[in-house]
Amino acid sequence: MPPLVEQLKGGLDAPICLTWELTYACNLACIHCLSSSGRRDPRELTGDECKAFIDELARLQVFYVNIGGGEPTIRPDFFEIVEHSVAQGVGVKFSTNGSQIDPVAARRLAGSNYIDVQISIDGANAFTNDAVRGVGSFATARRAMDNLAAANFGQFKISVVVTRENVDQLDDFEALALGYGAELRLTRLRPAGRGADSWDRLHPTNGQQRELYRWLVARPHVLTGDSFFHLSALGEALPGLNLCGAGRIVCLIDPVGDVYACPFVLHDDFKAGSVRDAGGFTSVWRESQLFLELRQPQSAGACASCGSFDSCQGGCMAAKFFTGLPLDGPDPECVWGNADEALALVGAKPSPGPGHSKPTPVALSRR
Amino acid sequence: MDSHAAYRLHPQVALRPEPFGALAYHYGNRKLVFLKTPTMVALVRSLADHGSLAEAFKAAAIPPSKHASYERALADLEASEIICAAAR
Repeated sequence: MPPLVEQLKGGLDAPICLTWELTYACNLACIHCLSSSGRRDPRELTGDECKAFIDELARLQVFYVNIGGGEPTIRPDFFEIVEHSVAQGVGVKFSTNGSQIDPVAARRLAGSNYIDVQISIDGANAFTNDAVRGVGSFATARRAMDNLAAANFGQFKISVVVTRENVDQLDDFEALALGYGAELRLTRLRPAGRGADSWDRLHPTNGQQRELYRWLVARPHVLTGDSFFHLSALGEALPGLNLCGAGRIVCLIDPVGDVYACPFVLHDDFKAGSVRDAGGFTSVWRESQLFLELRQPQSAGACASCGSFDSCQGGCMAAKFFTGLPLDGPDPECVWGNADEALALVGAKPSPGPGHSKPTPVALSRR
Repeated sequence: MDSHAAYRLHPQVALRPEPFGALAYHYGNRKLVFLKTPTMVALVRSLADHGSLAEAFKAAAIPPSKHASYERALADLEASEIICAAAR
């Protein structure tokens, strides 16, 4: 029998890790937003459609769902959807900027054992954070954390996208999490959505990546969502499966019910179908052409001759796609610099599309 | 593991069949664990039907030469609270 990781590459009967963006509406306009969120989409799934989708996930024994957005708590039926999910045995972890987590909401969340809350910040202080997430967003997130702590919510998560500007604050993030008894979660900056425009100046330098790797190896308790498997080329593998799960164990449902291969490839090329299709999510997951292709053995391409391929698997498909690199070659952040030459020669990159950004330019503080 | 003791699937754990075996999810501690062979899945499911681990091994036709490796795997599952001691 082939090893487990090889079997996982061939796909599962249902995803393990499913991200569901509940709405494109958002009160912030983060410059690295993966889903280019801002305006609500009028075709958004209705409350009844959301509940029917949850019932389908329960039948598939998807044990938990990662809810995001946009800002999911902006939906007036947010709690109704979350509580329906938990009641069906589909646990919920949701990401929020914290703006709606007032003392009442915090107490309501504390009442359930199966709801996990993840508050996003992208700097350990207002100056660094607000440059990415907007003025006042750090104070808002801290207030939400204070409210959860006061409501005895228990262990929530503090979620950080690692950037060139905040990578020297990792110890500060850890101290902040420790102060709340919270878990720290670090994830990788992807050049998707509005991130396509900010990636060049925000993604960590190669030297910073090496520091980050050393920091993470020493802290296996820090969560990463399997985000940094491209760094495993540097030595000992980081905790996790260390593989691209797109369409194999992972997928994304967007607010209008479209199913994409992963949360970082909101692009037509990676759209497998819709939960509104006749066979529902189940047949998209099991039968869509795209997902069946992603479960075929992938060529190592230009990485075939590199001794690190077994460790890093060539890195992240989405990062390659949106930087205009071939999917069967090195990751743009290859720690050995194997993508540098190709990156310099890239002409046109795939456009992430207009998305749902608000039409008026948002004033951003620049450093 | 104590081969004379009885074990069971933890009441907060759900099993999801998969081609390789099963996924086990603990709703309390939120751990997700892979049961990597169909034999392991059948064994874990049958634990509660037997008064001891030794009886469960016998019923599942697991040869004595493999008991030690199964016990190690079951000890990991107990540490993750996927299985637990059953009251006799």
